[in-house]
Amino acid sequence: MSAHLKQDKPDTANRLDQMKQGTIGQPITRVEGLAKVTGTAPYAAEYPVEGCVEGVLATATITRGQVVSVDRDSVMDMPGVIAVIEDPRMTTRAAQGTANEAPQQSPRTVCYWGQPVALVVAETFEQARDAAKHLRVEYREESDAPVDPQVVDAEEQEDETVRQGDLARAMSAAENAVDVTYTTKGHASAAMEPHAAIAQWDGRQLTVHASLQMLNYNITELADALDMEEDQVRIISRFVGGGFGSKLGLSEETVAAAIAAMELSRPVRVVLSRQQVFQCIMRRSETTQRLQLAADGEGRLAGFGHKALVSNLPGESFAEPVLQSSHFLYAAENRELMLEVARIHRMTAGSVRAPGEAVGMPTLEGAMDILAERAGIDPVELRLRNIPEEDPEEGLPFSSHKLAECLRQGADAFGWDAGPRKPRMTREGEWWIGTGMASAARVHNVGEAKARVTIKPDGTGLVETDMTDIGTGTYTILAQIAGEMLGLDPAQILVDLGDTQHPRGSGSGGSWGAASTGSAVYVACQALREEIANRVGIEETALDLADGRVIGGQTLVDLLGGKELAREGHYEPGAIAEDYTASGFGAFFAEVRVNHFTGETRVNRMLGAFGFGRVLNHKTARSQCLGGITWSIGAALTEALEFDPRTGHLVNCDLAEYHVPVHRDVPDVDVIMVEERDPVASPLQAKGIGELGMCGGAAAIGNAVYNACGARLFDYPMTPDRVLAAMPD
Amino acid sequence: MRQFQYQRARTLDDATGLVSQDSTMAIAGGTNLLDLMKLQVETPGELADVNRIGFGEIEDTPEGGLRIGALATNTETAVHPRVRRDYPLLARAILAGATQQLRNKATTGGNLCQRTRCFYFMNIDQPCNKREPGSGCGAIDGVAKLHAVLGSSDQCIATYPGDMAVAMSALDAQVSIVSGDGGERSVPVREFHCLPGDTPWRDNVLEQGEIITAVTLPAPVMGGQLYRKVRERSSYAFALVSIAAVVELQHGKFTRADLAFGGLAHKPWHDPRIADALIGQAPSDDLYDTAADLLLEDAQGHGENEFKIPLARRTLHAVLKQAVEEAA
Repeated sequence: MSAHLKQDKPDTANRLDQMKQGTIGQPITRVEGLAKVTGTAPYAAEYPVEGCVEGVLATATITRGQVVSVDRDSVMDMPGVIAVIEDPRMTTRAAQGTANEAPQQSPRTVCYWGQPVALVVAETFEQARDAAKHLRVEYREESDAPVDPQVVDAEEQEDETVRQGDLARAMSAAENAVDVTYTTKGHASAAMEPHAAIAQWDGRQLTVHASLQMLNYNITELADALDMEEDQVRIISRFVGGGFGSKLGLSEETVAAAIAAMELSRPVRVVLSRQQVFQCIMRRSETTQRLQLAADGEGRLAGFGHKALVSNLPGESFAEPVLQSSHFLYAAENRELMLEVARIHRMTAGSVRAPGEAVGMPTLEGAMDILAERAGIDPVELRLRNIPEEDPEEGLPFSSHKLAECLRQGADAFGWDAGPRKPRMTREGEWWIGTGMASAARVHNVGEAKARVTIKPDGTGLVETDMTDIGTGTYTILAQIAGEMLGLDPAQILVDLGDTQHPRGSGSGGSWGAASTGSAVYVACQALREEIANRVGIEETALDLADGRVIGGQTLVDLLGGKELAREGHYEPGAIAEDYTASGFGAFFAEVRVNHFTGETRVNRMLGAFGFGRVLNHKTARSQCLGGITWSIGAALTEALEFDPRTGHLVNCDLAEYHVPVHRDVPDVDVIMVEERDPVASPLQAKGIGELGMCGGAAAIGNAVYNACGARLFDYPMTPDRVLAAMPD
Repeated sequence: MRQFQYQRARTLDDATGLVSQDSTMAIAGGTNLLDLMKLQVETPGELADVNRIGFGEIEDTPEGGLRIGALATNTETAVHPRVRRDYPLLARAILAGATQQLRNKATTGGNLCQRTRCFYFMNIDQPCNKREPGSGCGAIDGVAKLHAVLGSSDQCIATYPGDMAVAMSALDAQVSIVSGDGGERSVPVREFHCLPGDTPWRDNVLEQGEIITAVTLPAPVMGGQLYRKVRERSSYAFALVSIAAVVELQHGKFTRADLAFGGLAHKPWHDPRIADALIGQAPSDDLYDTAADLLLEDAQGHGENEFKIPLARRTLHAVLKQAVEEAA
């Protein structure tokens, strides 16, 4: 039996707060943590499958052109080689997140350097790797493929364009105007666990162990790629060693493994090398952004302009949504926003760790810092003065809005020294010390999700959905939601995820997993509660459950009488999305030191205060915030994809040369969670968390760099060469 | 797979005999070689495992110096009491490199022989004169932020990536090398690595059939020791610029200034004119600029890496100032 909730209006019932188990929000340690740290949690490539052979993708060494021929004979005599798979169904790019259809299938048409063109299968991985390196491929190269976004005519994304009032007039009339252009370099989506798939085909059914974030979409994408029915396909992704957007859409290794397994009638494993993960999955586009702020003497914005140039391959629908939060963060009557895409032949650009705000907020918040300085206003106060009453473009109410509280609580806890600020005031030895702040904003998303919740005859619970846990705590919070609703200790609830034979969850991505799939679990539990209440003979609203029994009444075991009780919950976002603007908000505060001689910048301390609705688990939520802030440090100081200016290939394609922050770069970080209930966001009153910590934090660091040493930088990341170039003498 | 033979050398003679074959490479910690083999940048026909031939000791020399066996791990060297007491510069340089796990495996000899991390060298589908003579240099006009500004050629602008050897260069250490015929020679660290010139494939003076057995540090000298590594993140990153310095002052004037520079060239850079310019002079910003002028007079950037020229100057100022402060 199934229960359905399409959320068309705010859920003010707030049922979770009326429950009696007391587990929701508790800082429970991740239930799968022990298995992961002891190496007993199997990742996609680690399933022991008898007779499994190994495939390695051969990749293109040209930027654009046609594959004329693939010379199988060049490798078939090599030791252990079983086959060279060249199949028009093989994919050459990862699918975009939630694409729900096969990604590009044109292995004979090369669009970027490093694109997969064939799969070599051998008895061992080393044999396959060597053969893939030796596979002779003849190309007809098309010269002069553009790889620099600045040299091509860009396409305007008309859906994104906003023109309200007259920005040019507002700028010329403004007492304080800021008109600046920033650049941000591309970011990698690579996770610790490389992309991997083991495909098995029994003649009727295809089973694939894969490392993917959104099985509900991935199964459709895989069936579409292979021209099969979805009921012939099963994908299993119980543990995923990091997502970061790289595993949202179906990727090349999964399709290649499936085709090879069907062709060879043997299980086939395909694991991407670290370099391949970097070079043929997803990049975040580099951006060029112009910010225009027109303010009166008190810093109140009358004009707001944000124009961004991003890039992608020809034919890709995704354009880094740089302006996402710029549409609603600050009030201003005269607005101009525009997003343009340059079509170039670098690898695919797609969703990577907070697509949009991760690069849009650091530039906007950098420009706000300049405005605060010009207007002689404290930067916190400047933000407070510009918080809109309602969405300034759409005129919609906000679902909830904790920016002001986050700014105030964050400033307090950080010890923010309010008032107009001057750079280069503190020097300790070689180091300039300074502080900076920025607002955080990240749109809240939810997606359709289903989950089945069962109470077993022995009184334990079972949650089943094809939702994934990419290291965020999904296993744990789903047990807590079900435990709270059903009066069970979460330890008594088995959460079974990552299998497309289960009801379809939302998948993990865009910070929407908890609110979406969590709501499906909630809906299922609500239906179970109604049945239990019915059996007890009371109204559901009067039913109090805790520790496996009706409070003051029977145990669940007795009520079930030896039979299990199951309900499927189906949650769908409804018309409410059209009636409100929903976003997480927050504030970052950072103290940095900048070396006067070398330009090296290190973060001394950092604080993030965030409001994102109900906190489902204080420990996993805090960890998500810490992770986001760590990415903020990377975006501010170190992370940069570097592309060869001639071929467009990604050159720094491993974790030694693509610099994410190391432990020593991450200081003590404080997280304040401003608790709230958002009745619009979901029936859990919870919003997305995962990405908010990287949406603006880089600007707090950049603004602190300026406050420390007087170097105002307009290019992220702020590496020593750039800091020195901007440093006053 | 790409087949290779693996043989374990039991003695030094074994080892020199094995590596006298053209296609044989010695392997010790393997922290660089195995990565390069997976990428097929290195494709040895045979690996000669030299881990069990001895030469792991760190011992005092009769002259009061310290002989560090070629197979002493970087960790063992960095924590050795005499290194910490008499050559803290070396301990600091080693600890500024790689990670604890890598340092536990990496050896003295292997570290000296580590290869550049130039993106184009590491990618067999790109041109590289070092990897494939005559194929061209991908880094020139390519992504060259980490590349050399001193001593490069039109064949190669790669940098030597290590930290340990930069410290050893400042300390004027000697590399002991043994060949198959039993011959022994000693080469100053300052002369061990080569400039690319027209032979960019050649990283150092080691000949086929030769094995490094030790690095010997001379008796410790008076003066302060510093190692400064400028990098984009605070660990696990190669130097943009590094400076190893042994500096002494007496009566307000420099009496010793042994400096070596990493991140600037195909080898740890040592220029004796810098010591000549500093010694006998009182510290001043002008003096540091004079030293920097000498260091950088032939410096040549390649677009993105031009920042290394002012960075080296500023870092030299910082290091000398710190040395003077610590001497006071």
